[in-house]
Parts: sequence; structure tokens; C-alpha cells
Amino acid sequence: MSPREAPDRRKTLGEFRVNGERREVAYEPHRTLLEVLREDLDLTGTKHGCELGECGACTVLVDGVPVLSCLTLAQEVEGCAIETIEGMADKGELHPLQDFFAELGASQCGYCSSGFMLASKALLAQNPSPSRDEIRVALSGNLCRCTGYVKIYEAVELAAKKLRGEPCEPSRECTHGR
Amino acid sequence: MGADAAGSGAPIERPEGRYLHGVPDADLKVVGKPWRKIDARARVTGQTRFADDLFAPRMAYCKLLRSTQAHARIVRIDASAAEAMEGVYAVLLGKDLPITFGILPVSQDEHTLCIDKVRFVGDPVAAVAAVDEDTAWEACRKIVVEYEALPLVTDVFTAAATDPEAPHEHRIHDYGRLGNFHRQENLEFGDLAQGFGESDLVREDFFFFEGNTHLPMEEHATLATFDPDGKLCVQSSTQTPHYLHRALAKVLAEHVPAHKIRVIACPNGGGFGGKSDPFSHEIAVAMLSIRTGRPVKVTLTREEVFYTHRGRHPVLMRSRIGVSRSGRIKALDFETHLDGGAYGSYGTASTFYTGALQCVTYHVENYWFRGARYFTNKAPCGPKRGHGTPQPRFALEVQMDKLAVELGLDPVRIRKDNLVPANSLTANWMRVGTMALGRCIDQVVAGSGFLDRWQKLPHGKGVGLACSSYLSGAGLPIYWNAMPHSGVQLKLDRSGLVTVFCGSTDIGQGSNSILAYVVGEVLGLDPQDLRIVTSDTDLTPVDLGSYSSRVTLMTGNAALQAAERARDLIAPHVADKLGVPRNRIGFAKGRVFDVSDPDQGMPFADAVQLAESKLGTIGTTGSYRPPKSPARYKGGGVGPSANYSFTAAVVEVDVDPETGIYTVPRIFVAHDIGRSINPCLVMGQVEGSVYMGLGEAMMEEMSYRSDRFGVHKIPSMLDYKSPTTMEMPELITWLVGDPDPNGPFGAKEAGQGPLLPIMPAVANAVFDAVGVRVDEVPITPEKVFEGIERARKGKEPRVGPTKTPHVDWPEARKVRTPWQGGTGLEVEREQEELAAARANGGASRERRGD
Amino acid sequence: MLRLPKFSYHRPASGAEAVRIVAAHGGEARYVAGGTDLYPNMKRRVQRPGHVVALSRCQDLRGMRGEARSGVTIGAMTTLSAIEHDPRLRAEYPGFVHAASVVSTPLLRNMGTIGGNLLLDTRCNYYDQSHEWRESIDFCKKCDGSTCWVAPSSPRCWAVQSSDTVPLLCAIDASVTLLGADGERRVPLRALYRDDGIDFVQKRHEELLTALHLPATNGWRASYRKLRRRGSFDFPVLGVGACLSMDGDRVAELDVRIGGAGSWPIPAQKTVEMLRGAVLRFDDAASDELIRAAAQEAYKPTRAMDNTDLDAHWRKKMAPVFVARAIRDCLPGAPPRRDVLG
Repeated sequence: MSPREAPDRRKTLGEFRVNGERREVAYEPHRTLLEVLREDLDLTGTKHGCELGECGACTVLVDGVPVLSCLTLAQEVEGCAIETIEGMADKGELHPLQDFFAELGASQCGYCSSGFMLASKALLAQNPSPSRDEIRVALSGNLCRCTGYVKIYEAVELAAKKLRGEPCEPSRECTHGR
Repeated sequence: MGADAAGSGAPIERPEGRYLHGVPDADLKVVGKPWRKIDARARVTGQTRFADDLFAPRMAYCKLLRSTQAHARIVRIDASAAEAMEGVYAVLLGKDLPITFGILPVSQDEHTLCIDKVRFVGDPVAAVAAVDEDTAWEACRKIVVEYEALPLVTDVFTAAATDPEAPHEHRIHDYGRLGNFHRQENLEFGDLAQGFGESDLVREDFFFFEGNTHLPMEEHATLATFDPDGKLCVQSSTQTPHYLHRALAKVLAEHVPAHKIRVIACPNGGGFGGKSDPFSHEIAVAMLSIRTGRPVKVTLTREEVFYTHRGRHPVLMRSRIGVSRSGRIKALDFETHLDGGAYGSYGTASTFYTGALQCVTYHVENYWFRGARYFTNKAPCGPKRGHGTPQPRFALEVQMDKLAVELGLDPVRIRKDNLVPANSLTANWMRVGTMALGRCIDQVVAGSGFLDRWQKLPHGKGVGLACSSYLSGAGLPIYWNAMPHSGVQLKLDRSGLVTVFCGSTDIGQGSNSILAYVVGEVLGLDPQDLRIVTSDTDLTPVDLGSYSSRVTLMTGNAALQAAERARDLIAPHVADKLGVPRNRIGFAKGRVFDVSDPDQGMPFADAVQLAESKLGTIGTTGSYRPPKSPARYKGGGVGPSANYSFTAAVVEVDVDPETGIYTVPRIFVAHDIGRSINPCLVMGQVEGSVYMGLGEAMMEEMSYRSDRFGVHKIPSMLDYKSPTTMEMPELITWLVGDPDPNGPFGAKEAGQGPLLPIMPAVANAVFDAVGVRVDEVPITPEKVFEGIERARKGKEPRVGPTKTPHVDWPEARKVRTPWQGGTGLEVEREQEELAAARANGGASRERRGD
Repeated sequence: MLRLPKFSYHRPASGAEAVRIVAAHGGEARYVAGGTDLYPNMKRRVQRPGHVVALSRCQDLRGMRGEARSGVTIGAMTTLSAIEHDPRLRAEYPGFVHAASVVSTPLLRNMGTIGGNLLLDTRCNYYDQSHEWRESIDFCKKCDGSTCWVAPSSPRCWAVQSSDTVPLLCAIDASVTLLGADGERRVPLRALYRDDGIDFVQKRHEELLTALHLPATNGWRASYRKLRRRGSFDFPVLGVGACLSMDGDRVAELDVRIGGAGSWPIPAQKTVEMLRGAVLRFDDAASDELIRAAAQEAYKPTRAMDNTDLDAHWRKKMAPVFVARAIRDCLPGAPPRRDVLG
């Protein structure tokens, strides 16, 4: 293509690898991954709270790296391994993060949860035994207005233990207070 | 429903039965345990469908055109270019929907779309339905609106000074009191002159609490579908489907009758009070669906969520308090000025709330409350978590701290000496039942080592204590009626399935699960096995909504009644079959059995079949209405509740004296919950409340540029500062209390109360750390720094307001306190009532408050 | 939902090809690296390029080479996360890594690149707003309007330099390579920026920033102090970069740049002059006093205005405090930085 020629602005056919499945989508070139996931692939578990990169609700994993789908052009991730919340459970069995988010009520309204769990999953892949401060930093790009983050930290810590094969019972302080 | 044996006549204020607060913890199988929420799995797998997750065939997208002017007359509006665009299905203007609405009957002051004037930047002016969102947005840009500017009012001083003789359109609204006053209230309980006369120390302080907003993670969205058979269905992110139903029925009266409107509240992606009003966008898509014959969806942008607002009122306060040498409160004269924004919303209630709960924590002998609400050209304020009470709570708790220092008492002593007694009436006739604030204080004081650290830490480090109380549900509904506040229906299937129908709305707090726990406890079923159907006005009995911390208490009591009735329907038939007395039938672990010989019994499903074969289809109902309040004076309708929760908190701060920047390393909080129905969910509510309170204390504020046309300064997630993981401190929580007789299984609220003490505790801790009083919220580093600089320059180390606007208050409604022998009525109505009673032989007629 | 406007998307395979495309389309075209700055601006309609030229496929803009003794070159498309987690950079350029690690959030650092951060659009809360919002103020000088609402009587735009890495990289005298239609040139960062909210970079429109060059580490130490409300997300509303080389106890060279409080990284000239040749030791009262007095001179040139978070007067007062702290951080013996605030 010569530099002056303009690529088409009409829909093009793309192929995505989402949660291990190949999906073909015809979409307009200016669409973000968020739009394609939610509106073309019906994967509405990925949420949006600002569409400007200011809240973290739309976090997904691209080749294992947590990124914001609202600022990622869909075209840029064709061929990459995309993971959304819908792909986190394995044949109906909850991922330990999902299990403990459910167990502790780390998911209150649940709107930010997919972003938090995917960011946490990426953290645990890199660092199987994160300290509370490391969790705090890794999740500092995700806002939650319900939980005060306390139950989220605890859920991530328990999921990490479970993934390490260690005992992982919630403490009484966590579920009943002191 | 079918055989509702215990149907009529039973009192709906308090369901009677064995499964109330008196049951010991050990006898409970479901209640008191940290169960998963029944819908937890959907929420962690992305399967919960929020409103914007709904898509329908042929669905059109709606965008609203909003005012770019803060206060202006609409001179001309021309939508022809937009209507002519390809892909545009319909354009709606204000004149298309001339009927007003509003959450309170006394302030029906909103049009779906502005007709002749706009009142703030962001006021909706037109709505477009189009093939996609981009087209709808482009179409909005083609609608020409000509404005003629009107005087701009962005603060209470300007609002108070509005010339009453000015042309009526200079007023933001032409109802309410004169000028830009919306409400002026003046209530006097007891003898203030005497109270102050008996005081050894009188302090007068001024405080300001800046407005802030809910910032739910989910942006509001609504999908409206007008069926070919003339029925309208509105699915929306609303906390109050019943009130939305009423507003739709009113505004759309010419288009669709109430009984053909169905409102379904979707799971809310956070509410916090911000989705409790009926909104323009909800009504606009309904009308657009009627117009186009298509499903129409609207999803607000984050900026629009800021305009929709209904958040915390900015409140300017003056508090004059008189105490004895030992710190006993003799008199409190409290004045509030609420900057209401452009519409009424819940503002009338908000105004009363700024005066309602002062006496519910500490015993106040004589109490005077004056509150004014003003209209200003800003996004309308309304109810946010704590509704109207965090602002006065901040003032009172900081003032208590100042009194302690001035009297040489410690902040623990002065609070504990003043505690309102359990089972008592306050000066303003609030009925306090169980009350464990003293134990809450003891817990946080001991747990944090407060007394060893207060006034003893190195410069820059400090600890602060504060307390609060909150209501478990408003005693009165939003529109006057004698019907239940909460209704529950149970349907019992032959399979053993129990379906619970209730109009309540789960906004993340777990209210769906509460229904399952209560019914599961009574009928001996695993809560995960129940089917819960909620928040659908076609299918479920009315619940007033998820606001005022009312849901657990009210739906819980209604569910309890329905479940007990179901048990009472089934038990006799099982007893007959087993040949044992009816009072020996128990329900547990999915079985119905003889409690003296548990092996004798049957599965729950068999018991249902047995009962159904005798009675026909099995269903029951339960209802709840809070107890009548002794506060019978006008204005006494705001504040009463079936019970009150109490909270105490100690906050640690670490202040950098060179910059004023501070961090909060730890917070200790103890909450009187009565008895937790699910302690893990209560913990979540407490932790979330503390978080939100900390955000308000440190950084959250709605800022406007009054010198730049009244625009909102920062309508974005980035610039409206919400604490991240990096700001959230370590949190140490205690749940305390004894089961309260009015709560289901003894429960009280948890979703709002624990927010309240955080802001004053931060302020008190900052004072302890660097000797600076910031009598304002948020307590920003600039303000702390300013206080430190003032101290350095030998000035009073205080930052905060110094005056309130002048108000010509209406004459006070005087009410005698319980200890003066009052009746809960205004003095003059007491006399009227006495005369009336004499005239008709002693029967007194009760009247409800406003 | 906020959505992007329509545009043509180009995905060239090399920097040179990218330059040719932008040169061909002129002002209609924009480069995009991580997209974390451009796409929000496009959603708000303050940037409306008809052609967006993605650099994601340009392998020549990736990678790191060189060594600390002679200087390290970092490809412009290197993400901030990659910099943050690179063991060698962490060991040899800790000040730079710290500055990169306090940019926004981990998620945005996974996407945002060093090239993009160096060319971050200036920010202003009259400019970083939606089309609708800006219509309410009849737009501003930086986009679609004629008045700078920060200072309406001023002839210029006061949008704020908001990159965290720029003040530090200017202080350490890093440079960049710009690739134009007629070849490459290397420009010291200190010469790249201009004190203007609109025209804040001295480069031709089609010139592409391809690489960042960190100077050799020959004994200097650098520090970045960031003022912001929260420990994540927030742009700096004051960001001080300092670089110090000592000759024994004496200051041999010092450079201090103040970001987040003016349209460019402001050199703290007087402060530097006052401390040149001074005897400074860490944790020493006399040295601290000397530094404090010199840092006070940073107050005057700091141009904090009412167009960011936090009060402008306070931000200006904080400049000397942050300058002093950044200089002290560079003294031999000062502990490594771990904080995210102040």
C-alpha cells in the first residue's frame, strides 16, 4: 500500500482467540476490544465504568498480560490469546480466585470483579506468593466502590494458598470480625 | 395466593413467632453463618446481567442532549436536522412529556426533558433514538438549542441573597419558600434557654461538609421495550423499581396505564443511593420505545453519571452546644444549610435528616434544629449512604472532641458519659431500642490502645475517635400510604422448591440472599436450594426499595412472616400423619419431623405434597410495616426507625508536617449489628462503608467552577478522587450487639452506619497529630498545611467556615420532650388534641407526621 | 459508552514506513504507540486524526541495547512495565525506573510506552473534557476555542507537562532519536520541550521518536519526587527530577527540573547555581539547611495554575519542599526510594 492510500473504514473480518476458542467477527476498524467482546461476541462479563482507562473495570488478559480493553484496538489483538472472565472457570469448576471471591463476598455488586480477578490471575502467574503489599500494588489499577478492597486481598491470598496446594480456610476474623 | 390461612388481621408491624430475636445462636442452622451469597457464582463468572448487558433484537440506542448552560431560558429548539439524519428513529423534546415527576410528592419538579428552562449544566434537553450510539451522538450535535442566560446561583450565600422581588424566572424554581429557598424548618424540643442557662461551658462552632457523589462502578443504563400488545417493560439499574413504576405511570399516563407498565430492576453495579430517584433517561427511553416500537437502550457516560448525581449535599453548619463541667450535654442548637442543587429530589427528607439523629447517640436534654435547603444551578443532590446524617455527625463528633479537650476530659469519657440509654426516647421523640454503643467504644478503644496513645504520640502521628448511629430503614414510606413497606410471597412446589417473590432490589449488598437465609432458617432448607425472584413489578409484591438501610430488616421480617405461615400450613398435616401433637413438628435439613423423635418424619417435598393434597395450592404472604413512631409532630416522620445501629471508630493518621500530606495506616471499627444474619456480608458492608467514609474524609468532592459558567470541574473517574488499593488502610473490625426485638432474628442495619464516624475520626486524629482543626470535609493536605502554617504564624490553627447565610426562619414548632411530659406532638396541637378529646369523650386520634 | 470516532488505521512494519505515511497525510495523521493518551483524547474529541498510524508492528522501535558504562538505548515502543521490571535498569538507573513505575496504574503501564510517555499531551482540566463539556465553556485555546480559561487575559495556553519520566530524564540529560522524512537526528531532551501548552515539543509533525538514550552512569544519582492525590492513577501535579554528581563532599554537577507545574519541565536554575560547589552530606543539619535555602528558589519559577487537581498555591509552595527532597535523595548514603507519594 502506498503511504497515501487509506485502509478501509468499513467492517473487516477478523479472527480472535478468546478463552481458547477461535471466533470470527466482522467489525469496524475503529472498534475497541471492549466493544467487540461485549457487542459482537456477547461476552458481557467484561464491564466498563469510564471507557477512558480510569477505572480498571474492563481489564482482560492479552497473552497473559492484564490490559484495559477500552483502550485496546481490537485489530491489535487479533491472533493474541485473549482471556475474559467467561474463560476463567474450567468446565464449570470455578478458578480458586472466583471461588474465594464468592466465598468471602469479595464480589459485592460484582461489577469490578472480572477486572480484579483477571489482574489477580496475572499476578499469581508471576508471583505465586505475593505479600499483601504486592497484591495492593498489582491491583492498584482497579477501582472498587463496594468492598474497601479488604475481602479482595483476603480472597487473593487464599486463592494463592490454594494454588500452592496449602491449607486455605478463611479466618474467623475475616468472616465474623474479631 | 391459594390457601393463605393466616391471611388477614395479623399485625404487620411485628411478625410474631418463635424465630425472632430470642432464639439462641446455637439453635440457628442458617442465620448467623457466613454463607455464600446465593448469586455469588453468577457474579464471579461474569454471568450477572446488568442493565447495559441487555441487548434485544431491533434495539435502538438512545443518547440525551444535555444543557450546556447552568441557568437559562430555552428560546428556541430545532431538531429538524437531527430528525432528518439517516439512522435516526425518533427525537424527543420536553414538550412531548409535559407531566412533571420527582421522588417526593412535595417536589414534583422535574421534566423528563427541559421545556422552557435549564437549571444546571447537564440538565437533559432532548433524547434521540438511533440505529447505533454513534449516530445518536451525532444527531444530538445537530439539535440547535438557543439559550438566554439567567442569573447563576452556585452557593448558599448567593441563593440566600436572591431578591424576593426579582422576576420569578430568576428563581431556579417557583415553588418552595421565597427566593431560592427550597425548605426552611425550625423545630424546638425542650427549653433551650434553660438548657444553656444550666451549662458551664457553651461552644459555638462552624463546619462545612462538601458534597460528594456515589460513583458506582456501573454507569446507569435502561432498556425499555414497548410490546405489540401495548405493555411497557423497563429494565433499569435502579434501586427503587416501585418508585420508578410510579413515576413512569404518572408521566406516561396518556400513553400507557400503570397496570401495563412493568419495571424490572437489574442487579445494580453499585448504588449507594445514586440510583434511588426516577430519572429522565429512564422515562425518555420508555417514551422512545412507545414512539418507535423498538426496544430502546440508554447507557450514561461517566460524565452523565456525575450530572445525574443525587449525592451528598454540601452542608454548612453552625452548632452551639452547652455542657456541664463534667461534660453532660444540656442544650444543642444546631443549624444546617443544604446546597441542594437544581432539583428537589429527596431534599425535603435530606433537610430533616440533617437534624434527625443528633440525639440518638448522646443524650441531649434540650434540642433546637433549624435547617434550610437552597436551590442552586448544580447537579441535584439527594441521598448518598448515610443520607443527610454524615454531615451533622461530622460536626457533632468534632465538637465533642473539642469539648473534651477544653474540659480536660478524654474523648472516651465524654462520649460514654453522654450515651443515650437503651430503650429510651430522645428529646425529638426517636425511640431507641437496643443500644451497644458503649461496647463498641470499649472495643475500639481497647483494641487500638487509644488511651495510651491519644495526646502521647510524637508530633505528626495521631489517633481520633468518633461514634455514630443509623436507622434500619425509614419509618415512613416516601408517599403517604397505610400499606406494607415490604411484601413477600412464597410459592411451595411439589418438588420441594420454595420460590420467594419480593420486590426488593439487590444492589450488591446481598438482599436476595437475606430472603433465602430467613426462609431457609424457618423451613429448614438450604438457602442455595431456594429460588429467589425479586425486583419485578409484574411478578413480585411491592418492596419500597434499596434505600435507608431498610431491606434486611423489612424484607427479612416480611419473609419471616411468610415462612412462618408456610410452616403453620404444613405442620398440622405432618403432625396428623405422624400421629404426634402439632407443637412437636420441626423443620430442618430439608425434612419435617417429630422433634422428640427426629427419625420420625418426611422429606420437605413430601410434606408439601401432603399439605397440598389437603389444602390445594400452597402459597403464603408476609408483610411488614415499621412500628408507629411516637414522634407525631410535623417533621417527625424523618428519623424514626424500628431499630438503630451504632458504630465507633478509631482512626490513626500519619501527617507529614512539612506538606500536610497524611496517610491512614489503620482503622479500628466496632459496629452494633444486633445479630448478624450473615456475618460475612455484614463485614463486607462495614468494610465498604469505612472505605467510602475514608474517601469522603480524605479526597472526594463535587467541585464546580462558579466563575466559569457553573461547569462541573471534574466529571471523570480520574479527577473525582476515589481511594485506590494504595489508600485503603489495615482495617480491624468487631461486630457486637445483642439481638434486637424489632429486627428479623435480631438484625440491625450495616450498610450505612459504619461510614459515619470515619470523617470526624480522621479530623480528630489530624488534630491529635499536628494540633490543627480542619472543620471541613474533605480534609485535604492543603487544608492541613494551611492549619500548620497558621499555627506557625501564631494564628488559630483552624481551617473552616466562620459564618452561615442569614435566614428569616419561620417560627419554631415547639415540642415538649418526653421528660417534660410531652406527647410527641407540637405544643399547639397538643392543646387542639386535648380539646378534641374532651369534645368526643377521650378518644384521641393519632396522626402521622410529614 | 464513550466510543472512538471513525478513522483509517495504518499498521506499518517499520519506523521509516510510519514516517512516510504520516508525512503523506500531514496534520490528518497521528502516531499511536500504547494508545493510553491518544485514545482517551480521541474519545473526548480533542484529537480527531483521520489517520492513525500504529507503531505496534515496528520491530525497529523495540528492544534495549548498550550498557550502563557507555549509556543505554531503549526503543520507543518499550512499555513502562518492561522498564519497571528490567533487572538491569533497576540496578543501574533506579531513579528512572522509579519515575516510570509511578506512572498511572500497572494496567496502563502494561500498555503505555516510554516513547508515548515522553510525548504525552499536555494536560489541563479545561481541555481533558468531553466535547459536550467543552461546549459549555465555548471551548478553549488548546482545542476549538480562543480563550485560555486558566488565565483568560494571557495570550498563551497553560496546559501542563504531565509526564513522570520527563523531569527526571531531562535532569540526567537523556536524549532521543527523531526519525524524519530526511533522516535521523539526536536531540537532548532538555532541548525538546517548549514552554507552551499547545506547541510543547520542538519537532516536526512527521518526525517519529524512535529511541531514548540514557547517559552513561558515571557516578551521578537521580531521583524523582511526585506529588499526587492517590498512590495510583493520578498524573503528577508537581514532579521534581533531580540529578547530582559529587566530587567527594562537594557538588560537582546538579540539575533539577520541575514538572507538573507548567507547560514544560522547568529548570530550577537558581537552586542549581546556589548549590554548585557546595559541601553536602546526607543526614546532616547544615547540608539540609543549605539545600532548603537553595530549594526555596524553586518557588518563583514554578507555574502552578488552577487547572489540575489540588490547590495551585499549595502546589507552588510544595515545589521547594519536593526539590529539597529530590536533591537529598541523590546524596551518597540516602536510602533507595520505595514510596509512591511525595
